Amino acid sequence: MAKRVAIVGTGQTFHKSHRPDVNGQELINEAVRRALADADLKMKDIDAIVIGNMDHFEGINYVDCWSVDGSGATMKPIIKLTTGGTTGCTVAIGGYHLVGSGMFDRVLIIGWEKNSESDTTGAITTAFDPVWDRLVFAGAISGLAAEAQAYIARYGASERDGARVSVRDRKHAMNNPHAQLRKEVTLDEVLASPMLADPIHLLDVCPRSDGACAVIMASEDVAEKICPKPDWIWATASRHSYSYLGDADYGRLTSMREGSQELWKKAGIKEPRKELDVIELYQPYSFGGLIWIEDMGIVGPGEAPRYIWDGNTDMGGELPINPSGGVIATNPIGATGLIRCAEAAMQVMGKAEGRQVPDVNFAFSSGFGGCWWTDMILHGKKKPK
Amino acid sequence: MTDQFQGIEPMVYKSKINVPYSWWAGDTASKFYLTLRDEKKITATKCVACNKVFLPPRKVCPSCFTENTQWVNVSDEGTLITFTIARRQFAAIPSDRKVPVIWGLIKLDGADTAMLHYLDEIKPESVTIGMRVKAVFSEGRKGNIRDISHFKPVSRV
Ligand SMILES: [Zn+2]
Repeated sequence: MAKRVAIVGTGQTFHKSHRPDVNGQELINEAVRRALADADLKMKDIDAIVIGNMDHFEGINYVDCWSVDGSGATMKPIIKLTTGGTTGCTVAIGGYHLVGSGMFDRVLIIGWEKNSESDTTGAITTAFDPVWDRLVFAGAISGLAAEAQAYIARYGASERDGARVSVRDRKHAMNNPHAQLRKEVTLDEVLASPMLADPIHLLDVCPRSDGACAVIMASEDVAEKICPKPDWIWATASRHSYSYLGDADYGRLTSMREGSQELWKKAGIKEPRKELDVIELYQPYSFGGLIWIEDMGIVGPGEAPRYIWDGNTDMGGELPINPSGGVIATNPIGATGLIRCAEAAMQVMGKAEGRQVPDVNFAFSSGFGGCWWTDMILHGKKKPK
Repeated sequence: MTDQFQGIEPMVYKSKINVPYSWWAGDTASKFYLTLRDEKKITATKCVACNKVFLPPRKVCPSCFTENTQWVNVSDEGTLITFTIARRQFAAIPSDRKVPVIWGLIKLDGADTAMLHYLDEIKPESVTIGMRVKAVFSEGRKGNIRDISHFKPVSRV
């Protein structure tokens, strides 16, 4: 009884480093109201809710129950899904499964975070094994730095190549009124910013944000009645690949490679570089923007720096990446993956305003988490076969 | 945002939750840590189906789900797979290690997966991927991963 599923509305907050004017439920409510308004639906039309955030960030473990004042889930089915950094993409995949099952016609999906309320390092440390990894840990940034270092050694890339990605995303953020950091930087400014963990400079990485995002998915029975040009979900994939930090193949993102191969196969995509029109990548640091698009098969191993220097991923290029400014401009962790999904949906629906890429047929959005996990969604203008 | 409060003082409730945990390592990890503490030997489990040696040792092979019962010794020397140098005293870094902290993934000879640990007795600028390193064991060993103090470069004779 599987149903085809489409996104019929999206909403998000104006993301900030700190939102002292609202509590968590109120922050969630802003995104929910905007998504309902976008779809022209009322809360009574929603059949079920999926919500998620990063464990430990706000210190509230029953978020599904606690948030009902904001989410509108009072006396409705609601489930919480939380998978660390991938949470925002996982909630979208969970919503897709609920609607696809044929059991719910209209599902509201919420990702949120008030990162300003927490001890980020303390919370992120809980994502690593207590007996093996935590005692010799050096922070999440060090894990990313080790990936970048291995990539640089393997393919002869440089710190400048990473900086170019950061310059791109920060420029794109200028077009997005919802982005937290809206300030262009130069290559030299990135390279002159303090070194956090070699080869990662301060301006190579994402900020911490307060923000929420909501997406409404509908089954094929009702989707086009709600929204004449919905964003159809073509395929999803999810890969969580390791237990201990030493298990990963540093310099390559295996979960991205295997997940995207599944995605292309499901959708019949032969040449992702030519068939995709826009990418919203969960890319919390600049070097991920090089390594991971190679694992997606956009370009071959070691070819990303040249491809990016040539402007192909800038607005107006062959395949724009992160028109929203991406994660480097805004990172309310539990919302971040869902913002990627919402932004990709807006591109397909033609609602991306100042950051719209023309004539989007296929869009890709992803989530990245912990270390080396990847979730992903393929969005399309046409109804899947 | 400044006009949103219109004279209302934003109230903040500061709190801290003390959550003690006791993590039992289990019999597989315990065997590893006892051997490390008492014999200064690094051991691993081997999947007889995949012929792969896992460090940290696994009770069940993560690739094929076979139960691993075969223990093997691995060398205390290995190759540096990748590394970084933490330049800031990130809160996750144990307080007894001061920046710059060199943090590496080391594939010990005989193992198929890498081990996460610190590098020391070397200048940060001298560290290279592919270099040979050797475990330095701690004096007062307690049966945890820091019974290995750090890894140091293998001196060329
Ligand atoms: Zn096996």
